[in-house]
Amino acid sequence: MIEPSSPLLVQVRGVHKSYRSGDTQLDVLRGIDLDLEPGAFVAIIGQSGSGKSTLLHLMGLLDAPDAGEVHLAGERIDNLPSARRDRLRNTDIGMVFQAYHLLPELNALENVLAPLLVRYSMAAWWRVRSEAKQRAADLLERFGLGGRLHHKPRQLSGGEMQRVAIARALVAQPRLLLADEPTGNLDEASGTGILDALCELNRKDGLSIVLVTHDAAIAKRADRIVRLAAGRVETL
Amino acid sequence: MYKLLLCWRYLRTRWIALASVISVTLGVATMIVVNAVMAGFAHEMQTRIHGILSDIVFESHSLSGFQDPAWHMEEIRRAAGESIEGMTPTVAVPAMLNFQVRGQYVTRQVMLIGIEEATHAQVSDFGRYLQHPANRQQLSFDLREGGYDTTDSQAEAGESSRPALEGAGWPHRRMRVARERAWRERQQETEQGALPAAAPSETASPVRPVDHQVDAVLAATTPPATPPAADPAADPAAPAPPADPFRAAVPEQGRTMDPAREQFTGIVPGIGLASFPDAKGVHRFLFLPGDDVKITFPTAGTPPKVGTDTFTVVDFYESKMNEYDSNFVFVPIAALERMRGMIDPQTGVASVNSIQIRLKPGANLEEVRDRLRQVFPAELYAVSTWRDKQGPLLNAVDMEMAVLNILLFMIIAVAGFGILAIFFMIVVEKTRDIGILKSLGASAAGVAGIFLGYGLFLGLVGAGAGLALGLAITWNINRIRAAVEWLTGERVFDPSIYYFFKIPTIVDPYTISWIMAGAVAIAVVASVLPALRAARLHPVEALRHD
Repeated sequence: MIEPSSPLLVQVRGVHKSYRSGDTQLDVLRGIDLDLEPGAFVAIIGQSGSGKSTLLHLMGLLDAPDAGEVHLAGERIDNLPSARRDRLRNTDIGMVFQAYHLLPELNALENVLAPLLVRYSMAAWWRVRSEAKQRAADLLERFGLGGRLHHKPRQLSGGEMQRVAIARALVAQPRLLLADEPTGNLDEASGTGILDALCELNRKDGLSIVLVTHDAAIAKRADRIVRLAAGRVETL
Repeated sequence: MYKLLLCWRYLRTRWIALASVISVTLGVATMIVVNAVMAGFAHEMQTRIHGILSDIVFESHSLSGFQDPAWHMEEIRRAAGESIEGMTPTVAVPAMLNFQVRGQYVTRQVMLIGIEEATHAQVSDFGRYLQHPANRQQLSFDLREGGYDTTDSQAEAGESSRPALEGAGWPHRRMRVARERAWRERQQETEQGALPAAAPSETASPVRPVDHQVDAVLAATTPPATPPAADPAADPAAPAPPADPFRAAVPEQGRTMDPAREQFTGIVPGIGLASFPDAKGVHRFLFLPGDDVKITFPTAGTPPKVGTDTFTVVDFYESKMNEYDSNFVFVPIAALERMRGMIDPQTGVASVNSIQIRLKPGANLEEVRDRLRQVFPAELYAVSTWRDKQGPLLNAVDMEMAVLNILLFMIIAVAGFGILAIFFMIVVEKTRDIGILKSLGASAAGVAGIFLGYGLFLGLVGAGAGLALGLAITWNINRIRAAVEWLTGERVFDPSIYYFFKIPTIVDPYTISWIMAGAVAIAVVASVLPALRAARLHPVEALRHD
């Protein structure tokens, strides 16, 4: 699954990011360095507003840094043209969010298939559709949702929705999974289930995971913890 | 692929967007109905105009006309013979129609047209517009023994709207003459019983509420010593001198005629001159086939004099074009030529003032017209197609249609703004979903494509529903009219105004495809701005949106 073309999967070098709101400039990230080996499970922990989500968005190509570089498997990705960024986001990166972010009009299976629907044109989709559906159904089965393939998100519980979201993140077989407070909206038991699933993906499949959380207990499940404070990495 | 899926899902779950499309539907339906009715109306009108005018009219600039129609017809045939189906000469002059209604004389201005009874129906739809079935087959200027249609032969079979035509023809004529004779005899008896001193004053004032011509003929019949008057219009006491040029051609001149068994020269007036529909749509007639009317016309001499003659109504002409039905009066061309003095006394060659030409199907009107214009000098002859003759009217209808279409298209454009507003709402509502799609790798163009596709879908749905609604209304418009009339008790589409019994419609696939394409294009254009806005959304901000 991971091509070790570079010893490091993700390299973040001196990244700065600031937002303007009116006259005040808010410096969210002020020179962040972060390395991620293939197969690592890193937790980024910090207070609200410490810039951890912004860092995750930069790694997930949802945003571009004001200064600094982001590399994925040895290739600089932060300054790519938007078509390439869209493509990389689709093929190499999976994302899981606190609020699940499922599309309400689609059922569980279709939500999982969404990245593949985005990737393929209509004709290409026609060729791969049965294989893709099988893979999506297998993933949902694996997360214990075999009987809920055709339920709409509003018919699912929070834990179920998050498991659908994880399945969606994995269906395109990415190199990197970015999880932004995946347990934040869940009760203890569901949250633990999600964390167990992520750990299993990391241990069994060797998937590289970056988990953002403000909860130290959750962060402990990761191999490595990076603490952010005031836009900088706090050395432990 | 996701674009199609999401478009489809949005279409099925966003009913509010469908509401915006209702205006597109209504606009498209209205345009289809209006265009169909206008096209039907225009077509009906053109057919009627064409039916009256023949394809090409070859005419003289002068009311006196040109001599020798046979020679002219030969020349026309030589110039463009291969495209000519039939020709007939006509003489048309403005004239006065004079008839009696309840003892009062009514005078109307008319266009008096002399036609050849054998050939006129071949060059135009003239024959179709007559009221006697046998005349529709072949016109005859002889009065018929009844059998006139009591319903409108051009309308769908319905209630008899012209009961007065039931007894028209010879029965009506005999009855009228008998009634007048009886009235006259009674009058004479009272005169004889009255004071003898009243007699001279009575002869001095011959104005009586009696039909003047019958009076004249009867006066001629009763005293055998009085010279008989064949021309009943003339004063019976002073018969016209035999040198009169028209008089010379009248056969059996000088014989007393019996109006109960004989008729004057036949005449076919437009039905609008003789009748009017009452509030219930039943036609009331001022005179009927069998009645006599007088026509006063200019003679062909220089300067023109006034001639008057009496005619017997033998049928009515009804083209449903009010302008013609209340203006045209048809008489036999030979009689008119004789009365107007258009026959050269030396050679016996007649003059006419126009030749009506019918072309073979598929012949090029303008081309034949131009060829005839080359052969015949424009100083003497005017050659025009029926379209040239009615150019302003046809242009006005085209213009009206164009303006209506622009106005109605504005309605659809307004609907476009509705779509624009609702799409902006949907983009705002779907901001988070747009962020999700972008986080899954959807491109800006792809996101814009969702909304453009959605606009296209809505446009298609709206235009499709509009098409269905429009066609349903168009095809049932007469039933709808009947229902509205039944509900309100008012006549929505009064045949006495429009002269059509049904609302005519023509569904033109070409027009409809333009309307549909326009409506869909407007829906797509209206979704461009919302789609661009969706495409430009920043994914991080979109994901944070609640």
